[in-house]
Amino acid sequence: MCLAIPGKLIEINHDAQGVLMGKANFGGIVKQVCLEYTPEVVIGDYVLVHVGFALSKVDEEEAARTYKALEELKQLGELDVPDVDDPDADPFPESPPVQIRSAA
Amino acid sequence: MKYLDEYRSEELAQKIVAEIHRTVTKPWVLMEVCGGQTHSIVKYGIDRLLPNEVELVHGPGCPVCVTSLEMIDKAHAIAQRPDVIFCSFGDMLRVPGSRDDLLILKSRGADIRIVYSPIDCLKIARANPDKKVVFFAIGFETTAPSNAMSVWQAKKQGVKNFSVLVSHVLVPPSIASILQSPLNRVQGFLGPGHVCTVMGYREYEPLAERFRVPIVITGFEPIDILQGTLMTVRQLEAGTHTVENQYPRVVNRDGNRVAQDLVNNVFEVCDRKWRGVGSIPKSGYKLRYEFREHDAERIFDVKEIDTQEPAHCISGLVLRGVKKPHDCACFGKECTPESPLGATMVSAEGACAAYYAYGRHLELQKQPAEVAHA
Repeated sequence: MCLAIPGKLIEINHDAQGVLMGKANFGGIVKQVCLEYTPEVVIGDYVLVHVGFALSKVDEEEAARTYKALEELKQLGELDVPDVDDPDADPFPESPPVQIRSAA
Repeated sequence: MKYLDEYRSEELAQKIVAEIHRTVTKPWVLMEVCGGQTHSIVKYGIDRLLPNEVELVHGPGCPVCVTSLEMIDKAHAIAQRPDVIFCSFGDMLRVPGSRDDLLILKSRGADIRIVYSPIDCLKIARANPDKKVVFFAIGFETTAPSNAMSVWQAKKQGVKNFSVLVSHVLVPPSIASILQSPLNRVQGFLGPGHVCTVMGYREYEPLAERFRVPIVITGFEPIDILQGTLMTVRQLEAGTHTVENQYPRVVNRDGNRVAQDLVNNVFEVCDRKWRGVGSIPKSGYKLRYEFREHDAERIFDVKEIDTQEPAHCISGLVLRGVKKPHDCACFGKECTPESPLGATMVSAEGACAAYYAYGRHLELQKQPAEVAHA
């Protein structure tokens, strides 16, 4: 119910009643979006949309920063792979059984 | 899609899972608050990637589930009136009241329409001036700005034949209620990312402090949920209890002030009854007196309806994280999405319905055979 999806803003306008509206592209599907709560957005911004209302602009810098931190975690994880020159290293380290099911 | 696909990376998920395995040293119980998060967790099998020490229990954050039976019955009574066009989000159509659901009423001729956005109801109202257009305004804080805007615009534009049946619920009082219960098992929370997009997370700081629980505001994609879990486990292992934000690409501490202002102009806080849980003080929104002309409860004067839930349904315990769907003898047998017994099975985002949708009731049926074989 609290589903909200990021879409790219491609148009900004006002409807016949003067409500600030726009159109957002969600991976090819274009929908009308009310922009009254995000008056600062400009065309090209990504907005988080819930039941036809933009609730927030997606902060690209924050997204990049979080993702970079995760990528570093990834590199950190790679340090756990035993060194081939280490005679004490377990050649078959126990790793958690990981399987991500594909999105339906 | 940008901002979705990269948060479904299998490789990254594996690394975070490995880091959680490295971090955890003792058992912890975490609750994801939001039904959307529950759905993601079961859909991607995230709970099964975690170490045995980390248990995810499922929270009360599905507004469709927790809308009280009395309110559903009121909606049905209003929807059956010949002078009414009843509008709702699609999620509410299959939710059973004491007798019927909205789809059955629609098949009997009631004018019931699914809307994508509450603001669409104003168009319907303008196009049907001889009808009363009623919108079933349910939801958490995420949905409150949209519903508030529809009422605000109706008043501003003079759309007098539009009203809302309000059954809004709020997250922080439900978290407090869970933590105050003597049955509570929850030690840390994955906070509701989209609720906090609107509200910010200031109001979670006193909760974390008072109950000494870490709360990590978390998004909805697999990588978000895994990272939120890692951040919560790190806090639990370190013995800290602060509010952290895993979801800064859309959430900040203050939230959306423009939206909060309009919500506060249209709604005021009230006590609210939650399906399966009971009444929680100051846990809902109702319309302010100034908007009474758009209040469906006042306009239609529907009497209080006496309702009863099946005694053997444990949805109240599931909603508070005390039990899981598998703990219920009725799960997947008498109780299915087609004929739900209680709150957590009535909507796709309820914990029982999510378990059912992804086949976990079948595993339950397989177990005795496996035991016999062993």
